[in-house]
Amino acid sequence: MEVNVTINGTAHAADVEPRMLLVDHIRRVVGLTGTHIGCDTTSCGACTVLVDGTPVKACTVLAVQADGRAVTTVEGLKSNGQLHPIQEAFKAEHGLQCGFCTPGMMLVGAALIEQNPAPSDDDVRWAISGNLCRCTGYMNIVKAIQAAAAGAATGEDK
Amino acid sequence: MFPSKFDYVAAASLEEAIAAKSEGGEETRFLAGGQSLLPMMKIRLATPAKLVDINRIGGLDHLQRDDGHLRVGALVRHAQLAASDVTFGAVAAAAPWVSDPLVRNLGTLCGSVAHCDPEGDWNSVLLATGADVVAHGRGGERNIPIGSFVQGTFTNALADDEMVTEVRIPLPSGPSGGAYLKLERKIGDYATVAVAAHLVLAGDGTVGDAGLALTSVGPSNIKVTAAEQMMVGESPGEELFAEAGELAAAAAEPHSDVRGTADWKRQVVRTYTRRALAAAVAQAQAS
Amino acid sequence: MTTVERPLGAPEIGGIGHSVKRHEDARLIEGQGNFLDDIELPGMLHMAILRSPVAHARIVSIDTSEAEAIDGVVAVVTGELMAEHGLAWMPTLSGDTQAVLATDKVRFQGQEVAAVVATDPYVAEDALELIVVDYEDLPVLTTPQQALADDAPVIRDDKEGQEGNLVYEWEAGDAVATDAAFAAADRVVSLTTHYPRSHPAPLETCGALADVNSVTGQATIWLTSQAPHAHRTLFAMVAGLPEQNIRIISPDLGGGFGNKVPIYPGYVVATAASLLLGTPVKWIESRSENLISTGFARDYYMEGELALNDEGRILALRVRMLSDQGAFYADAQPTQFKAGLFHVVTGSYDFAAAHIVCSGAYTNKAPGGVAYRCSFRITEASFLIERLVQTAAYELGIDPAEIRFKNFIQPDQFPYETPTGFVYDSGDYPTALSTALEEVGYEALRAEQAEARAEGRLIGIGIAHFTEAVGAGPSRQYDIAGLKMIDSAELRVHPTGKAILKLGVKTQGQGHETTFAQIVASELGIPVTDIKVEHGDTDNTPYGLGTYASRSTPVGGAATAMVARKLAAKARDIAAHLLEAASDDIDMLDGKLFVRGTPERSVTIQDVALAAYTNLPAGMEYGLEGVHYYDPPNLTYPYGSYIVVVEIDAETGVWKVRRVVALDDCGVRINPMIVEGQIHGGLTEGFAMSSMQWITFDPDGNCIGSNFMDYLVPTAWETPRFELLHTSVPSPHHPIGAKGVGESATVGSPAAFVNAVVDALAHLGVRNIDMPVLPDRVWAAIQAASS
Repeated sequence: MEVNVTINGTAHAADVEPRMLLVDHIRRVVGLTGTHIGCDTTSCGACTVLVDGTPVKACTVLAVQADGRAVTTVEGLKSNGQLHPIQEAFKAEHGLQCGFCTPGMMLVGAALIEQNPAPSDDDVRWAISGNLCRCTGYMNIVKAIQAAAAGAATGEDK
Repeated sequence: MFPSKFDYVAAASLEEAIAAKSEGGEETRFLAGGQSLLPMMKIRLATPAKLVDINRIGGLDHLQRDDGHLRVGALVRHAQLAASDVTFGAVAAAAPWVSDPLVRNLGTLCGSVAHCDPEGDWNSVLLATGADVVAHGRGGERNIPIGSFVQGTFTNALADDEMVTEVRIPLPSGPSGGAYLKLERKIGDYATVAVAAHLVLAGDGTVGDAGLALTSVGPSNIKVTAAEQMMVGESPGEELFAEAGELAAAAAEPHSDVRGTADWKRQVVRTYTRRALAAAVAQAQAS
Repeated sequence: MTTVERPLGAPEIGGIGHSVKRHEDARLIEGQGNFLDDIELPGMLHMAILRSPVAHARIVSIDTSEAEAIDGVVAVVTGELMAEHGLAWMPTLSGDTQAVLATDKVRFQGQEVAAVVATDPYVAEDALELIVVDYEDLPVLTTPQQALADDAPVIRDDKEGQEGNLVYEWEAGDAVATDAAFAAADRVVSLTTHYPRSHPAPLETCGALADVNSVTGQATIWLTSQAPHAHRTLFAMVAGLPEQNIRIISPDLGGGFGNKVPIYPGYVVATAASLLLGTPVKWIESRSENLISTGFARDYYMEGELALNDEGRILALRVRMLSDQGAFYADAQPTQFKAGLFHVVTGSYDFAAAHIVCSGAYTNKAPGGVAYRCSFRITEASFLIERLVQTAAYELGIDPAEIRFKNFIQPDQFPYETPTGFVYDSGDYPTALSTALEEVGYEALRAEQAEARAEGRLIGIGIAHFTEAVGAGPSRQYDIAGLKMIDSAELRVHPTGKAILKLGVKTQGQGHETTFAQIVASELGIPVTDIKVEHGDTDNTPYGLGTYASRSTPVGGAATAMVARKLAAKARDIAAHLLEAASDDIDMLDGKLFVRGTPERSVTIQDVALAAYTNLPAGMEYGLEGVHYYDPPNLTYPYGSYIVVVEIDAETGVWKVRRVVALDDCGVRINPMIVEGQIHGGLTEGFAMSSMQWITFDPDGNCIGSNFMDYLVPTAWETPRFELLHTSVPSPHHPIGAKGVGESATVGSPAAFVNAVVDALAHLGVRNIDMPVLPDRVWAAIQAASS
């Protein structure tokens, strides 16, 4: 089936099987490997992307469902050569160790701070409760997302 | 990890969707949020020959109070319910606790209801609030009371050509409150035990209408009619709710499994029923 | 010995002690990490593995014909084919053998039976469904106790002369002295507990991309490996490929935690398939495969007894331990020690006698046991002693903190030799525990607990004070498969003063590209951002035993410091030449080399680097580089005091964590930010194992916990917040005074969480609830105590 998905602002047309999962389409057909696969039961969120701005698990969406939609992956956070505040904050606050959950965490964080410019500790933990991390114990991920909100709010670049 | 092969069509209209389903029969499934169906297909527990994607159909995404009901269209996502100010009581209480935030962005209440997973949250809320399911088939539309709709484990009352287009939850007729207390091992797990409570107070402050339903302690969600009937006309309070808790524990049919022993699950039913009713009446009295 | 805060050095150099931001983040935050499944090679094929649905069965027949007929399937590999190449079985790291693809029997649910190689991973999975295997069920043994019963069927009937299911017997300590101490003791306190099976479950699963080129003879294997050099050597021995032609590249790893130490059948089959087909073959397992078949952790049945006097002084410790080894004995641990470093179970306490008896059994489960930040079974040991000491406190009516203070090894007793032969290097346990207790407000909490009890509310305060033994290890005692547990570092400074450091260890998220550069920065004064760290590629790095058991800083970090010091010595000689002074008169500070007493007579390290290629005195070898292989004289002994406060809902048994205060001492901290991140992660693992995260089996050997719906990893919502403290007593024998820390919190915290829940119920007479401390178990304990 023909599917047209805009990914990080670029249109991609492809012929895919209906059963092709969006995450595999992004990784293997489009060639963007920043979106990761960590489980097979829709449990871990390593595959999180934004579809029309909303975070979803790309392993539980068919590529054909994304036809005509705009997808943002971690590769699309940077714009005009500038890192997104969430990316700066993750580095500044040591919000990542192995980096495997990080793309998903950052996308959820970016979507959150757009809705909620001053999220509390609980707000952040609730928002990322669909994303698993095995390394950090979440403490610095929460700090990073809050720092990004604060930085984005004042228009500061870290 | 990957589904087996299937055909796919994105239906542009309800008629198209119904026609495709009638043609395909049992081997054709509707795809709304896909957050229950796709995981089953990925481990090949479900192997439909065709998926009919209903996400492009207009007129199915209404979430509004209308005609004495809260009307939830087939494409309303759990996240919308959690963020909405038109929900109430047990509906508002349950929405944030369905699965996890990412799944809530895509999963639909109607899809969940049709799925009839005894560990699913919404059917308990609907049993407690006395909702109806609106089904559309080749022959037209019909209203199915939730009690008849939920027939058993993963078994609903839909005919082979029918699709759920809406769920209608009656708006309470007086001061009301509700609660959904869910014991889960972690966010994203199913309920170990959950209790949906719905109370409407009569003019004299006694219980005018009561709804009580249980998740994950039977072959399908359990409506505790004995407790509901017992409470009507009575003054709400600790003793009444304790009695309701006993009736709920007796009505539950839990199994011992990795989540815990059956005895303990009954204890949680007992305790959470009391607490859910207390929360419901507090909300009702404040409203 | 007290806390030593060493002088920091200039922040722009970013040496030891600075919380330098991580070098590796740049690519990871842009999604430009290079993880195994990200790698594509031209012509690459995809492999999928068919696994046994049953736990113990004879294989009657395998029919692959339908699978082979699917469009896109290039080959179907069975045990029979592997056997033709002598590869149906492989040696394990514990001197046993393990099936690569089953030939005679399957011995655990999830065991590898066949593999499909196809042009597309979806097609490979389609083909798996078409392979028909006829199994003849055999009786299943799911516990070591069942396996050691007299009439139990022999699981490893493939091993000649194997009678029964005993894997090993091992002991440590002194039976005679221990028995005497017990006989003379006023009190004996005992505890029987099962540390349940868990799994490291790094977010990235295991995999291999094998590219065996028949023309050049080169086998390049990208591998999720925590120990690439050891793996290369083992591949050479197993596959018969010449070692110089094998290049293992361990790329970015999405976590390891010990799960990426063993060699898995999938790696071997992918390599064999690439060899036979002449194309690259990628195998990346699913999460379910990872959980059901790869190296699990723990599963120790432990019985401990403490002999004490009436005042609460410990006189002796006796332990019996039975381990569940699964179907193959595949633990990665030092050869001499069949139960890893479990014999460190005497913990932080000063007493003279201990006797530890260990045995292990085969069962119809996946092989493994040593994994998940266990420091070679120190998690199990630490858990037992801390739970025992807590039990003794209740039995003797002594406060749980006080009984620890009474029995601690005192600061002036270091170096301290334990009854089982460990020589603890340094520590100040009393300061650590009292600092943690003060921070948590211990006395006020005990008062609050008393009030709460009067109201029927259940608050608990759990303490754990652990001592770890990490940095394996001295060559006289430690080897894995004969390879001594040294590690190495190779350092080269370029003409423009930048440097490249190549390591034998392999990070999986611990930040080595930053922390090891910081060591060089400290020693040579080269800014940390001018130092590139290379790791994981066996063609480009010196030999090491890899990263696990918190050994990187103790061994690899030491090697790095030593090689940097060799270069520093040469740098002084070069500076002396440039400054026309004597080498002995040259001092180094923050990248300047100067004549002692006249700091204005100086050159920079960059000047020295350039001179190393342009201007050296006659007789001095050009270049500025070196390599050092470090054989540690001892392990290092980090420790900590953890306090957990919980409240239990008495009606349901559900418990919530109110506070976690964690004090860690890992000696000198290279990068405090990174150390704290490691502690956060380890505390989360301790919380997880104590509350929800375990693998269990039904009587038929079906694995419950073979996917993330059943194997519960906590989210940010369940995970408590952590308050961290530290002290810093350096290791006297380590070149930079550092001890390992990566696993401390995983080792020390489970007991703190369990002790907290038990403490909440201790007044009811409850003494033990096994992990995971599920709410129904808590409720049942309350019910039993009240009846």
